[in-house]
Amino acid sequence: MNHVLTVSHLAGRIGGQLVVEDVSFEVPATGVTAVLGRNGVGKTSTIKSILGLIQRTGEVTLEGRRIDHLPTHRIVQLGVGYVPEDRELFSGLTVAENLSLAIRQKNPRLDFVRELFPEVCVERAQQRAGTLSGGQQQMVSLARALINDNRILLVDEPTKGLAPKIVDEVAVALREASNTVPIVLVEQNLKVIDALAERVVVIDAGRVVHTGPARELLDDPARVQQLLGVHGEVAA
Amino acid sequence: MTTFILLLITGLGLGALYFLVASGLSLIYGLMGILNFAHGAFLTLAAFAGWEVGRRMGLDTTSGFVVSIVVGALVGALFAALTEFVLVRRLYERHIEQVLVTVGLSLASVALFEGIWGSDPVYFQRAPWLTQTTNVLGASVGNTVFVAIGAAVLVLVGLLLFLNKTRYGLIIRAGVENRSMVTALGIDVRRAFTLVFTIGGMAAGIGGVLASNYFGYVSPLLGGSLLIFAFIVTVIGGLGSLAGAAVASVVVAVLQQFTNYYWGYGDFIVVLLLAVVLLVRPQGLMGRKAA
Repeated sequence: MNHVLTVSHLAGRIGGQLVVEDVSFEVPATGVTAVLGRNGVGKTSTIKSILGLIQRTGEVTLEGRRIDHLPTHRIVQLGVGYVPEDRELFSGLTVAENLSLAIRQKNPRLDFVRELFPEVCVERAQQRAGTLSGGQQQMVSLARALINDNRILLVDEPTKGLAPKIVDEVAVALREASNTVPIVLVEQNLKVIDALAERVVVIDAGRVVHTGPARELLDDPARVQQLLGVHGEVAA
Repeated sequence: MTTFILLLITGLGLGALYFLVASGLSLIYGLMGILNFAHGAFLTLAAFAGWEVGRRMGLDTTSGFVVSIVVGALVGALFAALTEFVLVRRLYERHIEQVLVTVGLSLASVALFEGIWGSDPVYFQRAPWLTQTTNVLGASVGNTVFVAIGAAVLVLVGLLLFLNKTRYGLIIRAGVENRSMVTALGIDVRRAFTLVFTIGGMAAGIGGVLASNYFGYVSPLLGGSLLIFAFIVTVIGGLGSLAGAAVASVVVAVLQQFTNYYWGYGDFIVVLLLAVVLLVRPQGLMGRKAA
């Protein structure tokens, strides 16, 4: 299978403490690969290690090219889009300024993100990002990543703390995005995983403990309970 | 009433000098989290460079004065850019080392300047119109005061236009909020670091030349004496806030002038104000609360 991203023996440290111990997985060139695990097992740190946002060792390749020695901005310039946990918008800047800052290419996909998120990208474009609701901020955060043509998107807990209706909207947007770019999705909501992911990578204590098709895992409630500590039945 | 107007306008003039130093300090801290103790050295070298070039052209002429400001701005900018590029760039996120290096550079610079120009203040002849006064509602105010105020307003407007109308300004405003997220958008924030240092050095350089004209002398200790109050202004205004630095510069300097004139405790009242602000509003007048 053709892989867009390969992570091999990745370790990451925050303040000298090992938070990602030994993570290896591959991301196919299409679809959504979900990274799952209980709280605090190193999912977000894995994403940050791939991006070089925290100290890391190990090997990361993007379309066959080593990127683990590059600084974060160079990795992103190579086409790694990032939607961080907790949105991390620039609250003092307007929505339009947040989007403008993210543009890396000559012809940004402005029409695409305006069509996908008309409320925030058109109607509230001149509003300060810090005054938006959590759901609206998430839309801007996603738009900021989708405004460029990326080789891959790293999306970290996009539905965290959002109302169910907004969770559905975010899932729809991610599905739309996944038609054009492969996504690595860190997510706790199994319903969203069920709707979007083809493959799963489960992390525990900084190590990969399971990889495989999402369907296979979700259809095995006992295994879900064992790996994630939650009941595996996905609500209809 | 005349005394009130005199103290008010001279306070504004002093505040203008504080602002020229504090604006760079504030932006540098806001974007990079660096307390730049070498900022006074930028100011002092610029003042000496302006004086050296100006006196060869005739510091008692308007053209000599204008050229000295341009030279001061360029030297301040160059010194600051080199400092960032050669020393500070290697020390991001290493705060203790940053303090040690910038304090060391500051002390070494003063020693070097004393070696070159001597430790005593060098008084110089200024253009006649600079030594004259202008009558404002009965108060005779020195023209250097108006020049300092005018320069500070121009620098403030220029910085605001830069921050609000250019892409680098946008990067700096975003970087002040969340530096790592700026890099996560694919932006090489180090260029913005160098730029902010350069801009800060330029403003300090202008401040150095104007301060030497304001006081009538240039001295190796010029930067250090202004830096203390510029730091106080930066903290009171809110680290990283340009508008805060502008407001605090005026408040501090005017308060200092009035207190000095009536009670003679100007410096003490400024430190007291700093203590009150830190206790009541630690993020400063216009700073952002720490998350």
